Amino acid sequence: MTAPAIELVGINKRFGPVQANRDINLTVGKGTIHGIIGENGAGKSTLMSILYGFYQADSGSIRVNGQEVKIKTSEDAIALGIGMVHQHFMLVDTFTVLENVILGVEGGPRLSPVLTPARDALLKLSRDYGLAVDPDAIVQDLPVGAQQRVEILKALYRGAEVLILDEPTGVLTPQEADDLFRILRALKAEGKTIIIITHKLREIMEVTDAVTVMRAGTMVGEVKTAETSKEELAELMVGRKINMTVPKADRTPGAVVLKVEGLTYIDSRNCAVLEDATFEVRAGEIVGVAGVSGNGQSELLEVLAGLRAPTRGRIWLNGVELTGGGGAEAAHRRTLGMAHVPEDRSTAGLVKPFSAQESAILGYHDDPEIQNGVLYSPAKITARCERFMAEFDVRPPNPNLRSALFSGGNQQKIVLAREIDRDPALLLIGQPTRGVDIGAIEFIHRRLVELRDAGKALLLVSVELEEILALSDRILVMAAGRITGQVPRIEATERKLGLMMAGETAA
Amino acid sequence: MMRLFKKADGLPAWVDLGLIPALNLLAALIISSLVIALIGEDPIEAMGILVNGAIGYPEAIGYTLYYTTNFIFTGLAVAIAFHAGLFNIGAEGQAYFAGLGVALACLAMGGMPFFIVLPVALLAAVVFGGAWAFLPGYLQAKRGSHVVVTTIMFNFIAGALIQWVLVDLIRNPGQQAPESRTFDEGTWLPTMQKAASWFGIEMVRSPLNTSFILALIVAGLFYLFVWRTRWGYELRTVGLNQHAASYAGIRVDRTIIIAMVLSGALAGFVAINDVMGVQHRLLVNFTGGVGFVGIAVALMGRNHPVGIFLAALLFGALYQGGTDLSFEKPNITREMVVVIQGLIILFCGALENLFRRPIERLFSGKGS
Repeated sequence: MTAPAIELVGINKRFGPVQANRDINLTVGKGTIHGIIGENGAGKSTLMSILYGFYQADSGSIRVNGQEVKIKTSEDAIALGIGMVHQHFMLVDTFTVLENVILGVEGGPRLSPVLTPARDALLKLSRDYGLAVDPDAIVQDLPVGAQQRVEILKALYRGAEVLILDEPTGVLTPQEADDLFRILRALKAEGKTIIIITHKLREIMEVTDAVTVMRAGTMVGEVKTAETSKEELAELMVGRKINMTVPKADRTPGAVVLKVEGLTYIDSRNCAVLEDATFEVRAGEIVGVAGVSGNGQSELLEVLAGLRAPTRGRIWLNGVELTGGGGAEAAHRRTLGMAHVPEDRSTAGLVKPFSAQESAILGYHDDPEIQNGVLYSPAKITARCERFMAEFDVRPPNPNLRSALFSGGNQQKIVLAREIDRDPALLLIGQPTRGVDIGAIEFIHRRLVELRDAGKALLLVSVELEEILALSDRILVMAAGRITGQVPRIEATERKLGLMMAGETAA
Repeated sequence: MMRLFKKADGLPAWVDLGLIPALNLLAALIISSLVIALIGEDPIEAMGILVNGAIGYPEAIGYTLYYTTNFIFTGLAVAIAFHAGLFNIGAEGQAYFAGLGVALACLAMGGMPFFIVLPVALLAAVVFGGAWAFLPGYLQAKRGSHVVVTTIMFNFIAGALIQWVLVDLIRNPGQQAPESRTFDEGTWLPTMQKAASWFGIEMVRSPLNTSFILALIVAGLFYLFVWRTRWGYELRTVGLNQHAASYAGIRVDRTIIIAMVLSGALAGFVAINDVMGVQHRLLVNFTGGVGFVGIAVALMGRNHPVGIFLAALLFGALYQGGTDLSFEKPNITREMVVVIQGLIILFCGALENLFRRPIERLFSGKGS
């Protein structure tokens, strides 16, 4: 029997008071696809960073092909045949594919002697593994899926036998993800070893041979994919049973709350990032906006929330027309019953250095209820935050703790509690569960359905199709700034939405 | 600049606000002693003279507190801009320009009752100081011109402008020096000696005047404004995260302008202390660098009024003690004292993390 491609033995790593990895043992067989799954902050990325030479383990050893090795830098890792495809691509946008592939391994001061053999090698790799890319295309002109293929080619060109992929499908449409899985299977067939880090159960089930589950820095399970189920993995990740579906009764939507007509936003580069959006959201319904990230959903939310003025188009909230944007417009819309959970809670939804109770009044900081005359009443502000924390089960329930020190899920609960406290008619909500652990996702989803049942209108923007499908009553799909389809939930399938996300307008 | 706002997590307050500044100060004094030893003087004796010169006799204390008053005003001025994420290098020019306002008010109101003169002079200080900061604030908010650059430029413009006003417009007739005539005695701010005598307390004569009380009141109001009002909340939000501020419906541009105007107004109070309280006329360059010391004071005082008061006290003592030191030890010149101040700024500001990191490690190690 051949030695495993990668063996990690007794890996420990701590950052100050945080034990990121505790006594991890991981064995990845040659020619297999191995998944590492866990919630945010479970220590997956730290473990892979140790394998790739970004961090040094405090203790433990690494064996590659049975040989004990020291990996101090990423150069060491590459020399050992380990390649990494990062979540955020490490590509020079203005270079061609070929230039990106040879970057760092030019082998001499002159490029021309390298280019021809490199082009041949690249074309051979593309053919062998079905990684179709044009070597002369400029990277920034390529779709995201193709950019990812360039990253994989880069690693293969450097002789990688073991490929680590960090959250590889986060930016892909379902179809692009399927393409990726096909490539990964081809690589496996050629004897390459692949490690996928992810928090998505779907891709684990679809493509891996074995799975390691991590929770809070430790390994809580290692199973053969064929012998497990999504539910079992989710339970291992969280440490308790998880209800994967959101219970949701049928409801007939009420009156139109939000009406949008021909909404267009042209950005400073004169690019129509949002074009001619027309739709309605009614009371008592959740309208989901699906789409690959960066297709105009962010701009849609920002224009609706009053952070940017639309270039063209009209918006009505409960029949009142809203115009303009920026400055005080966002505050004005809050008073009209519009609440907004922003897509990026850590840079917009709260102020990280503020205490939780200070973040819990952001946007509502001029509320007379928390002031005695001209001065704030610290007692009232603390009481409000304590109430939020009790209602939303925020942990730790400490209003004086700095906002940055709460986990993603607890930060999101604070933001959500704040936004729905004023009983808004319309809730705009962007990526409600990005960076949120599974336990909190369940809680947040339940609260959103409760709001819908209470007769609120919700516009939900998410790049997680599963989330859109689980929550929405009606689904809008956006691609390249346009709404490419509107379907009721019952008619929606992942495949149908995927095609619309790729820009094919529904008939 | 973000580092200035960083609050240490997990460190007890006495370590964060007491031990670490004390260690930084100690390190600065040790290096200063080495420098003094290097030029052939006895560092222990020199430090003794410095301390005695700052707090050793009643008159010295008066001088120390007089300097402290200026540094509180400029420290608060720099700090409020810091809270809005702005680095105001122009407190010097704003204080100087406010001097013109106070001088014009006092020159115009000779013979009027003091209870009318005082509010008008205060208003003049605030309006002139604030006005001099308004333009850099406006340019930052609307045009993106960095306040660091514009406020430095405005320091020079204020210098040239007041020189011209003093030489060509309000120079004391029959005088060669570029200074205004002395104000009518009725417009002078009462000295602390005089104010104390109203309560039957005897004090020695010194430049210390009632603007010291104003400084303490302003420091208290500063605290309330920054941490207990929605305007202070908006200001701090803009300083920490402009993205979150616009999300919250805060007008970032307006907040930046307001912060700069407040900063200039606070710097303007220096003119009340110096022009109205001590010189009783407008002198060329009466500010003499207090605006720049204010940066160090705000830095060391961590933009909090209590810290700023303590830091201002320290710098006030250094100023006064340093003057005595250079009198008694001709080898130790004024410039030497500036070196000591520089070392303190270096250790307490730029090298602030020198002791912080190891101490944080010490405490986090103990905690786990």
